[in-house]
Amino acid sequence: MEIEDVEEKEELEQIETGEKREKEGKKSEIILYDPIKKRIDGREADELRSFKIYANVLKKANGSAYVEWGRNKILSAVYGPREVIPKHLSDPYKAIVRVRYMMAPFSSIEGRNRPGPNRRSIEISKVIKDVFENVIVTSKFPNTAIDVFIEVLEGHGSTRCVGINAASVALAVSGIPMEDIPVAVSVGKVDGKIIVDLIKEEDNYGQADMPIAIRPNTEEILLMQMDGKLTIEEFKNALDLAFEKAKIIQKAQIESIKSSYKYEG
Amino acid sequence: MIIEELKKDTINNLIKNNQRIDGRGMYDYREIKIEKNVLTSAEGSAKVSLGNTQILVGVKVDLATPYPEKPDEGTLSVHAELLPLASPTFEIGPPSEEAIELARIIDRGIRSSECIDLKKLYIEEDKVWSVNIDIYVLDHDGNMIDASGLAAVAAIENLKIPTYEDGEVIRDKYTILQIREYPLYFTFSKISGRIICDPNQAEEIASDCRFTVCLGEDMIYAIQKGGRGSFKREEIFEMIEIGLKKRKDFLNLIKSV
Repeated sequence: MEIEDVEEKEELEQIETGEKREKEGKKSEIILYDPIKKRIDGREADELRSFKIYANVLKKANGSAYVEWGRNKILSAVYGPREVIPKHLSDPYKAIVRVRYMMAPFSSIEGRNRPGPNRRSIEISKVIKDVFENVIVTSKFPNTAIDVFIEVLEGHGSTRCVGINAASVALAVSGIPMEDIPVAVSVGKVDGKIIVDLIKEEDNYGQADMPIAIRPNTEEILLMQMDGKLTIEEFKNALDLAFEKAKIIQKAQIESIKSSYKYEG
Repeated sequence: MIIEELKKDTINNLIKNNQRIDGRGMYDYREIKIEKNVLTSAEGSAKVSLGNTQILVGVKVDLATPYPEKPDEGTLSVHAELLPLASPTFEIGPPSEEAIELARIIDRGIRSSECIDLKKLYIEEDKVWSVNIDIYVLDHDGNMIDASGLAAVAAIENLKIPTYEDGEVIRDKYTILQIREYPLYFTFSKISGRIICDPNQAEEIASDCRFTVCLGEDMIYAIQKGGRGSFKREEIFEMIEIGLKKRKDFLNLIKSV
């Protein structure tokens, strides 16, 4: 594990040195997949990073979860159902779901992020909201708000997927009724190879990135975004890979929910 | 919007019998009209109407400094304005979620397809051209994404790149940068479990979810799913297939103007 980290750091430094990149010229010269050395962090194409999910880590929130996923460190908390402020946003037929995904100023491997929402985080918050509106039984709580917060403390690729996995657990332990526990995973393409669970460099310099969230019980897709270049064939393979790996994540989510109750007594 | 809300039940009932509120078939698009070079002030422009939806795209090309990680490439930005005159649901103020999402979807398709050769926008060290695509929604009757995509592509098809001489930008003297690829957008809605193409505003309100794919001839450049509903894998494959079939017509249309 430690050895891998050191290697990863060296690779990162290489990539991050602007001057070096300028000399090297193009992004294509960064080798992201090598049949022998595999990916830049040593993983196989179809291998997830090692991750750990901790449920109920915050005292005040109705539900919470903390996930370490490779270098990603993401905290999620759920408040509600609670009074809607401002009031005019409330819906007399169901609870409204609000999601705030945010990257901390110190979370990026590059420079400091300007604090507060930006165009990227607003869009991500919106698509994550769609995911949870699908599974939460909102009709049970008219005129209320369910707020889901996702704070990226350290981000290193696929943060919206890891954020969804954390928020799913936070919602589950909050006791808010849900029809299913969403699972998210990213797939993509680097150097012509379909891969799962992209790190930042694979997202930045790779050929395609496709975050996906699914409803495991019905195998339906709740979130799908993609940018890059994929043929139809590659798209289908990537989607199959996402579904396959989602099962591993689902198991870990359920495990974390169960184990959070053991200690509460 | 109350009218559209009231149409919900009608739309849902019709769809179950394979019918749509405006009489179209499930996979039919509304009439598309494309006008190119509608503005003289912009380096690229186009107006597209898709049924009653009207979109104007203006592209300005300005002097800029390149991103440090890509010193030999020009820059690209896409913004969208949902003008308050376009719909009673659009409000004055900073860009809404919807506007940001629209701009980012169009940005992703144009960027991923590399339809603009950004390397050709290099001027000299630390000087490049920036291509700024602004989407103006003039009249909103659903499916802003496909109409905006068409308008953006039509606007950058033959982009005027100004001349840079002795520290000055001369806009009257320009070269044409031709588009290298046509990234075209196809949006679907799911209503009562049925998939339809090109939803109008009433259908959007009645729908559970939305799926957009940006396609090249045999390549997917961007995807965005929206809305609280869900899609099955087979439905997604089906929508992409339909998009690929429709793309030929779109391409002919945009090239014929």
